Amino acid sequence: MAFDRVARRRWKSHLFAGLTLLCVVAALIPLTSIVWTAFDRGAPALSVGFFTQPLPAPCGSAQTHCSYGGVGPYIEGTLVLIALSSLIAIPIGVLIGIYLSEYGRRGIGRVISFFTDVLTGVPSIVVGIFVYTLTLDYILKTGGNPENVYSALSGATALAIIMLPIVARTTEEALRAVPDSVREAALALGIPKHRTTLRIVLTAALPAVLTGALLGVMRVGGEAAPLLFTAFNNPLGYTGVTQPAGALPTMIYNLYQTPYANWQADAWASALVLVLIMVILSVASQIVFTRVRRRISGGQ
Amino acid sequence: MGRFVVDHLNAFYKDKQALYDVSLEFPEKTVTAIIGPSGCGKSTLIRCLNRLHEVTPRARHSGTISLDGREIHEMDAVRLRRRVGMVFQKPNPFPTMTVYENVAAGLKLEGGHPKNEIDQEVYRSLKQAALWEEVKSNLDGPGVGLSGGQQQRLCIARALAVSPEVLLMDEPCSALDPIATAKIEDLIFDLRKNYTVVIVTHNMQQAARVAEYTAFMYMGKLVEFDLTEKLFESPKEKLTESYITGRFG
Repeated sequence: MAFDRVARRRWKSHLFAGLTLLCVVAALIPLTSIVWTAFDRGAPALSVGFFTQPLPAPCGSAQTHCSYGGVGPYIEGTLVLIALSSLIAIPIGVLIGIYLSEYGRRGIGRVISFFTDVLTGVPSIVVGIFVYTLTLDYILKTGGNPENVYSALSGATALAIIMLPIVARTTEEALRAVPDSVREAALALGIPKHRTTLRIVLTAALPAVLTGALLGVMRVGGEAAPLLFTAFNNPLGYTGVTQPAGALPTMIYNLYQTPYANWQADAWASALVLVLIMVILSVASQIVFTRVRRRISGGQ
Repeated sequence: MGRFVVDHLNAFYKDKQALYDVSLEFPEKTVTAIIGPSGCGKSTLIRCLNRLHEVTPRARHSGTISLDGREIHEMDAVRLRRRVGMVFQKPNPFPTMTVYENVAAGLKLEGGHPKNEIDQEVYRSLKQAALWEEVKSNLDGPGVGLSGGQQQRLCIARALAVSPEVLLMDEPCSALDPIATAKIEDLIFDLRKNYTVVIVTHNMQQAARVAEYTAFMYMGKLVEFDLTEKLFESPKEKLTESYITGRFG
């Protein structure tokens, strides 16, 4: 009897482990399939010229020799847009997180928390047309040229709006995870509250805060919708904050709509590059965070 | 310097009253122990002395506390806490800092102290906290990498580094083994030459060993306050006698 029960339990345990493994495999199928499809369809475009040459002329189905290229400036544009939006969203988001965790745990803080969550749920296309309208209104009121409505700055603003709640909430969570005993130790030493927050609590939470910032970057790096009305498009990539800017997601969107074989292959190859950039960002930051964490916790 | 007078102190958390009309005096440069069962208000009382009580959301108080004749709630809380250091129940070194940085934190974050002065204060405090010999070769190691007893002495050194007049200790040995406890008790015994020490403890033998005065609290009220010897050998109150003879608590 006793043996049977043990055998049955062992069976159940194996069954459960098998099921979880099956789910892992199932989850990996779409990922590998995406990467493979992008690689396969983008293969004709993948060459040194793809990164160094400008966007080639469209290539009809009758032509036998097609050229590819044009991704270089878009990579630059994407990286600049990410940097600009991070410059706006990370400082503000971290400050909001500090307020929510350290000052406004009740009353108005709860209200801000709620609206931050709502902002997370606003569709990115809505953020796009909102920033577009805002920019256009501003230009019309100041008597500027409505043709200048598209710019890297408005694109970065739209991305920053999407990034902001993510950074704010993860910062808040990260700071709350620092035990109150640490705050009390600092206050009891006669360290003023703002220094306690910045020099002790924020430092202790730094790896988690950086992770939140990275989550924000990853979220907006692949966004096309908010850029359609804001950064618009620019085959030269980034040419200034007041100029339209090209980014990989919008490039994919624009090229894949066309009937030209070489532009479609370009789009697939760009998709692969976009995925790779995200993977590289993720891996690189993991390495940096591990270093920071090790330095902070002193090798433990 | 370092004489606390508590007068008709009531303390509350939200609607719950934690202290009822407590009046007593902590004489300067002596060790006073506060004993009593869990939840009797010992910790609340000493948290009122450095105004850490008011940091708890919706906590409030009435009555007065004066340090060397000045009402502490009229002082700047940051200045008060520089004069009144605190050591907590669980050792709580700053997680991101080295041994050296932990001890230097108070002075460094205050600003205006030159490096050689901070170096000297770190050395003095670690010596005073009987930790120097054990950490002198590892000042750049992480504070949280020390053993529990060492961490607690590190916290004591950290509190001493800002040169307070009073040291409040909230059950400083409750998380430590007997050997570490003995080290801290020796240390407390030495500290009274220079500091007013108020120590909350669950351990009556500890109170008897280190304190000249002892206060017994029960259900938020101060039951009896006397020379330690008198309180343990001939308590005036029936309640005190029952507690110290182990009939409750």
